[in-house]
Amino acid sequence: MELIDLTLIWIGIIGLGVFMYVLMDGFDLGVGILFPFAPDDRSRDAMMNSVAPVWDGNETWLILGGAGLLAAFPLVYAVFLPALYLGVFLLLAGLIFRGIAFEFRFKAPAGSRHWWDRSFNIGSTVAAFAQGAVVGAYIQGFETEGFVYVGGALDWLTPFTVMTGLGVVAGYALLGVTWTILKTEGTTRDWAYRLAPWLLAAVMGFFVIVSLWTPMASEHVRGRWFDNITALWIFPVLTVITAAAVWRWLRRRVDALPFVGSMALFALFYMGLLISMWPYAVPPDHTFWDAASDPGSQLFLLLGVLFLIPIILGYTAWTYWVFRGKVQADVGYH
Amino acid sequence: MELDPLLLSRIQFAFVVSFHAIFPVFTIGLAAYIAVLEALYFRSNDPVYEKLSKFWIKVFAVVFGMGVVSGIVMAFQFGTNWSNFSFAAANFLGPVLSYEVVTAFFLEATFLGVLLFGRDKVPRGVHLFAACMVAVGTFISSFWILSANSWLHTPAGVELRDGLFHVTSWAQAIFNPSLPYRFAHMALASFITGGFVVAGVSALYLLQGRNRNTSLRALKMSIIMLAVATPLQLVVGDLHGLNTFEHQPAKVAAMEGLWETTEGAPLLLFAIPDSAAETNHLEIAIPNLASLILTHSLDGEVIGLTDFAPEDRPPVGVVFWSFRLMVGLGMIFIAISLLAAFQLWRGKLEQSPLILRALTWMIPLPFIAVLAGWFVTDIGRQPWMVYGLMRTSEALTPSLSGWMALTSLIGYILVYAVVFGAGLYYLRRIVAAGPDPLTARGPESSARAKRPWSAVSQPLDEPSPGTARS
Ligand code: HDD
Ligand code: HEM
Ligand code: HEM
Repeated sequence: MELIDLTLIWIGIIGLGVFMYVLMDGFDLGVGILFPFAPDDRSRDAMMNSVAPVWDGNETWLILGGAGLLAAFPLVYAVFLPALYLGVFLLLAGLIFRGIAFEFRFKAPAGSRHWWDRSFNIGSTVAAFAQGAVVGAYIQGFETEGFVYVGGALDWLTPFTVMTGLGVVAGYALLGVTWTILKTEGTTRDWAYRLAPWLLAAVMGFFVIVSLWTPMASEHVRGRWFDNITALWIFPVLTVITAAAVWRWLRRRVDALPFVGSMALFALFYMGLLISMWPYAVPPDHTFWDAASDPGSQLFLLLGVLFLIPIILGYTAWTYWVFRGKVQADVGYH
Repeated sequence: MELDPLLLSRIQFAFVVSFHAIFPVFTIGLAAYIAVLEALYFRSNDPVYEKLSKFWIKVFAVVFGMGVVSGIVMAFQFGTNWSNFSFAAANFLGPVLSYEVVTAFFLEATFLGVLLFGRDKVPRGVHLFAACMVAVGTFISSFWILSANSWLHTPAGVELRDGLFHVTSWAQAIFNPSLPYRFAHMALASFITGGFVVAGVSALYLLQGRNRNTSLRALKMSIIMLAVATPLQLVVGDLHGLNTFEHQPAKVAAMEGLWETTEGAPLLLFAIPDSAAETNHLEIAIPNLASLILTHSLDGEVIGLTDFAPEDRPPVGVVFWSFRLMVGLGMIFIAISLLAAFQLWRGKLEQSPLILRALTWMIPLPFIAVLAGWFVTDIGRQPWMVYGLMRTSEALTPSLSGWMALTSLIGYILVYAVVFGAGLYYLRRIVAAGPDPLTARGPESSARAKRPWSAVSQPLDEPSPGTARS
């Protein structure tokens, strides 16, 4: 039984699930964050067109993250959610307002449509901020006694988590704007091309601030970074190179590559985070192995997941293929 | 004032889960109906089916969307408010909920996009396939979530060690004793709900003299289905009750309002249960009937509430009355569907304004029956979270304070009020606009269908030329 480390496999699967979520819901939340800045209503129509058929599937990765944590790392589920109680409420409220806006915006009489524009925008922004704050809270750590969270209701809300929250808002906006470049034409795309460099600069700004601040917020991260400086310098270097490439592609107006590059930036941030926090699931006290569920439960779910995730990825890819290409405000879906 | 986080969490959970529950029961039934319509259209090419399908897809899109957003809330409720329970039951609950995500939610969500927006982008067979996948997904989803819920009532296949549940048999835990009954009862409830909504809306159009062709067809389909499903629900409900009698006698005692263990227990038609005095006021009863139903013998023994310690009894009044509400509505459903089926068989349904009118009034009632059923089931389980093994009071999140629970409860009420109000408003407008006339492939589809959610973007502000407003 000890031949394979199920916990390690599950770290991989949950890690992949969360990352899929960040990439996929990231760009459609980003579209929502940018919504009020779009040049006109036709652009807004096109932007919403571009995510309407896929946003529900994207959000399902979040549910997989939640349920998967409960299955594989119940301690994470049972500490994060109580500790972030009010933040989680904000996240869910944001996702609700954003989700219903997809349906109601186009049915609203012209006079009240702006309410749903606002609902889409504020919901997306709040949800993105809350997700960033969760990352910050994870770095900060949780006060636990045994396996129970004992901290206060607002321990998660600190200047550091506000900073990570804003960072994620900027990051998702970058994914959203590069997605818009990929999927639209004309004035909408021109606008996106103008905005994208500024967002890229903002993301790099947050990257620098958060990178400097993180070792101060977490003793563990400080140790990890300074002990391994000979290997870890590669991350900031790769980040800068990728950002430079995105910058160039934006200037040369290559529609598809800025989006790919932005996703690569997220992958780098994400790996950096995991390496910094390893092996802690609920810092500062509990590792992934402390947080794991019964090996029997992990195995039971693993058998199904190994079989089903490739199928899910397959039909997800297929829908993106069905809805490939540029959307126009004028071409309908049905 | 001391705010009780336990009580507030229970109210919050009951509120958010009840809110969520009203959407799935409708979408499960409607998804199946849409798949059938698409299949009929695929085979016969009869445009009536296409028109009906397009119309009900608009309704479906709105209801499904509300189901999704309220469902995402549910996925996190266990952790935020019941973290001790989540931690203790994670070995079972986690894999089951995860299987729901990977087998059902992805399927529904992904193929929904193709169903709504893909009609002209994929071949017709593929579009039909998408409709089927959405319908199948809703059933798979209810299988898993009802397995999780049934396990709370009839926990099996686990052992409790050091306060944590460990699974000893997956087959026994997933297919626990009450699952088959609950799944069948819930599936029928979904068909009944979907059926009455379709029947009610079609009856409304007939009364208004609009969309006659499509409405007659839809009415016929739904009435035939209801005439089978509603009596079947009585049979399945009875079996479900027998199963509960075997595993959760305290719940059945509360449902029957029975205080003392009795041989030849009566069926109460009316009573006001009084927990303090351990008796009922103003009883109207049919002698021996409860024993007959539950034990199939006129003087069989039925266990009464006083056999259980006061702290092990569920709240009697709510359970007793919710049960009567559900069964009473069930009887009304049987009566009206059989009556309508009879008129249909005589070819006189269209000329029976009273029945048509009654069908329109039916629309909200299945939803009420479903909620009443869940109240019987889950309040009847109290004070247990996991029946006989873990109390609801032990399940609460330790760090949760009264004001946190109150804040989120008020928050959810406000958010859901907006969602529900707006949703209902747009649904009414979709229904008021009605399915397009058969010829409406011209101006309407070119001017309006350009928009996302054009699946649901009936012209709602300005009546456009293609819309039936006869
Ligand atoms: C018998 C049916 C049933 C019941 C009792 C529940 N659900 Fe549900 N749920 C569904 C049937 C369903 C569905 C038919 O599959 C939905 C409705 C609309 C939809 O999008 O899928 C759904 C949606 C839905 C979603 C969103 C899925 C998506 O994004 O597509 C989540 C996360 C949950 N549910 C979770 C829950 C939880 C945690 C419940 C328990 C308390 C629960 N549901 C009760
Ligand atoms: C979807 C339809 C459902 C409805 C309308 C419903 C309704 C309710 C109600 C009214 C209560 C409150 C009982 C009380 O505290 O007095 C309750 C409790 C509970 N239900 Fe359900 N339920 C549903 C489905 C489920 C499912 C599918 C699960 C689990 C998988 C579940 C798990 C629970 C739990 C854990 C509680 C205890 C928390 C509490 O006491 O409030 N329910 N439910
Ligand atoms: C016609 C007579 C009916 C009978 C005898 C009946 C019987 C029952 C019983 C005994 C339960 C509780 C089981 C338990 O808690 O363990 C129940 C629950 C429930 N009922 Fe009914 N029922 C009837 C009609 C209906 C109708 C018409 C609907 C909805 C359209 C409905 C929806 C529900 C639901 C949603 C539940 C909760 C989930 C479950 O435990 O299955 N019932 N029913």
